[in-house]
Amino acid sequence: MLTVATGNKAVAAAVKDACPSVVAAYPITPQTEIVEQIAEYVTSGELKSQYIPVESEHSAMAACIGASITGVRTFTATSSHGLHYMHEMVNWAAGARLPIVMANVNRALGPGWNIWAEHTDAFQERDTGWLQVYVGSVQEAYDATLMAFRIAEHESVLLPVMVNLDGFLLSHSMHPLQSVEIRDFIPPIHLPHAIDTANPAGYGTLTGPDQYFRFRWDIERSMRDSVNVIRETEEDFRHRFGREYHPVEEYRCDDADVVVVAMGTLGKEAEVAVDLLRKEGVKAGSMRIRWFRPFPRLDLSGRDVVVIDRDYSFGFGGVIARSLAATEGAKPFSVIAGLGGQEVTYDDIAGFVRDRRPGEEFWFGVMPDV
Amino acid sequence: MTDIPREEYILKCTSACAGCSDSLTLRYVLKAAGPETVLVVPACCTSVIQGIYPQTAMNIPVYNVAFAAAAACASGMSAAFEAAGKKTNVIVYAGDGGTVDIGIQALSGAFERGANFLYICYDNEAYGNTGMQRSGATPAGARTTTTPAGKGQSKKDLDAIVAAHNPPYMATACASYPKDLFSKVQKALSIRGPKFIHVLAPCPPGWRYSSERSIEMGRLAVRSGMWILYEREYGKVTINGPSKAAMIRPIPLEDYLDAQGRFKGICPEAVAMLRSLAERNAKRLKREEEGIC
Repeated sequence: MLTVATGNKAVAAAVKDACPSVVAAYPITPQTEIVEQIAEYVTSGELKSQYIPVESEHSAMAACIGASITGVRTFTATSSHGLHYMHEMVNWAAGARLPIVMANVNRALGPGWNIWAEHTDAFQERDTGWLQVYVGSVQEAYDATLMAFRIAEHESVLLPVMVNLDGFLLSHSMHPLQSVEIRDFIPPIHLPHAIDTANPAGYGTLTGPDQYFRFRWDIERSMRDSVNVIRETEEDFRHRFGREYHPVEEYRCDDADVVVVAMGTLGKEAEVAVDLLRKEGVKAGSMRIRWFRPFPRLDLSGRDVVVIDRDYSFGFGGVIARSLAATEGAKPFSVIAGLGGQEVTYDDIAGFVRDRRPGEEFWFGVMPDV
Repeated sequence: MTDIPREEYILKCTSACAGCSDSLTLRYVLKAAGPETVLVVPACCTSVIQGIYPQTAMNIPVYNVAFAAAAACASGMSAAFEAAGKKTNVIVYAGDGGTVDIGIQALSGAFERGANFLYICYDNEAYGNTGMQRSGATPAGARTTTTPAGKGQSKKDLDAIVAAHNPPYMATACASYPKDLFSKVQKALSIRGPKFIHVLAPCPPGWRYSSERSIEMGRLAVRSGMWILYEREYGKVTINGPSKAAMIRPIPLEDYLDAQGRFKGICPEAVAMLRSLAERNAKRLKREEEGIC
């Protein structure tokens, strides 16, 4: 069905179609519309879920954990401070191997109090064992949320998945949305370690130095296995529904001399900048990283690289720029732009490319123009 | 006469201290609840005494969860069982720290929402798991490792906080009165919605008495009026027999205090605080029982 929806409504529509048994969530700007819409669906009977309007995000994730361990499908949504308020339980969900799906509407962290887009909120959860995907459009918010359930619940993954969408830029932008008949695209959930009173077990019991590391390795093993599950799921999605996704969306990269790497809406904006640069005769391309965990491989060899980070790790650098330096040996021109919703246009991005200084870091709006 | 089943759901060889009334309480709780039960346990002594992976001393599923998360976790679990059409008992079994302090927000939220589970707080009046630091439930005058001169403040009135949520059933108990505890757990589990039982749990190393005296310590608490056994069903208060008797003819408060090393050298002001709190609680409950409130 074709409608027009915001990114938030697209996520809620995907949740309705995936039909989790339990949704526990707490509102926070700019995510609120997701929980409101889900509450509407549950009230109208369109979604047959237990909806738990918890008193905090910590409790939202705790309730999802308690529900998920019984073997049912669960969903929550949050943003920024809410994500960090539940941080302890974010770790718990992954450690307990629970395929919870969470939408995180990316938003900056205070102070100063700021409700606009930034990726630092979710990046700070990068070592928790969650898979993380970042979307670039309203349609993709819907599609990625559907796929997240299948990937999380896959027997060789069984890890939670966080679907990230940029606050306001996507959460509140209205665009066409094509929903699908999911049929058996998401198989019924089967959690092998679900609580069973006929076969009692201890969950999360005290685990000593002789055993703990085995559980951590098992998370990493599943994280590695998830690469294939993501590929299979995205291929099957294309096969069934016609829309194509990859861990990294390449745009006009084949003959590119310079590649812009960005995430979320900035990754889409970079495509417009590439078109502009191409008209000027610059052989530019762009790579939009969708899956941040597991972190993908990028073919950057022999090209100049401009990385735009809508995030920062203080005392270290832009997270994506530094990650690509580590994983691909890249020496990118590292641009820090879009923090707290700072406006970044395709013209700005084209400027970063034209005036790139490989190996250097540039804070957009702070340092003199390149 | 209540028949307490012979089945054991705590197996032998827990790592509980000798004379631990937490494990004794849990033994009766699980006998009352039966095998179709899941226990949700936040950080507390019980998260330690069940054993170390890959072994467990518990013969029912136990979900261990982070300190502040128990009530929220249980509300999610009971919602999931309901969604799946299962009638499984969900019981939070939490210490006083995980209840009156770090976990009280989740408890309040879940009770306000009317979540369907039983919350049991076993109260040894300090953070036992980490070696007896003060908690909000530590009584005035009690020495803990963080109140070496005795706590200067009164015990937080957890029951009043819970009662403010108007749960359909709440009660106090103590493993020194096992049949009373057993029947309260059974009654609680027969009622839909949020239920709460607050259990006094004397602790030999924490309260500093010898381990064979735990049962006696619970009885001294009740007979001195320091712990009042009562139930509140749909708002109606019933003071139970042992506390009724204690209200008519209490033993001296000093009999309770002198038996425990934690009150050694307690100042007269703290004794007065304890006495006035006990009297206030008794008065309030009597008035509530008579319907004058």
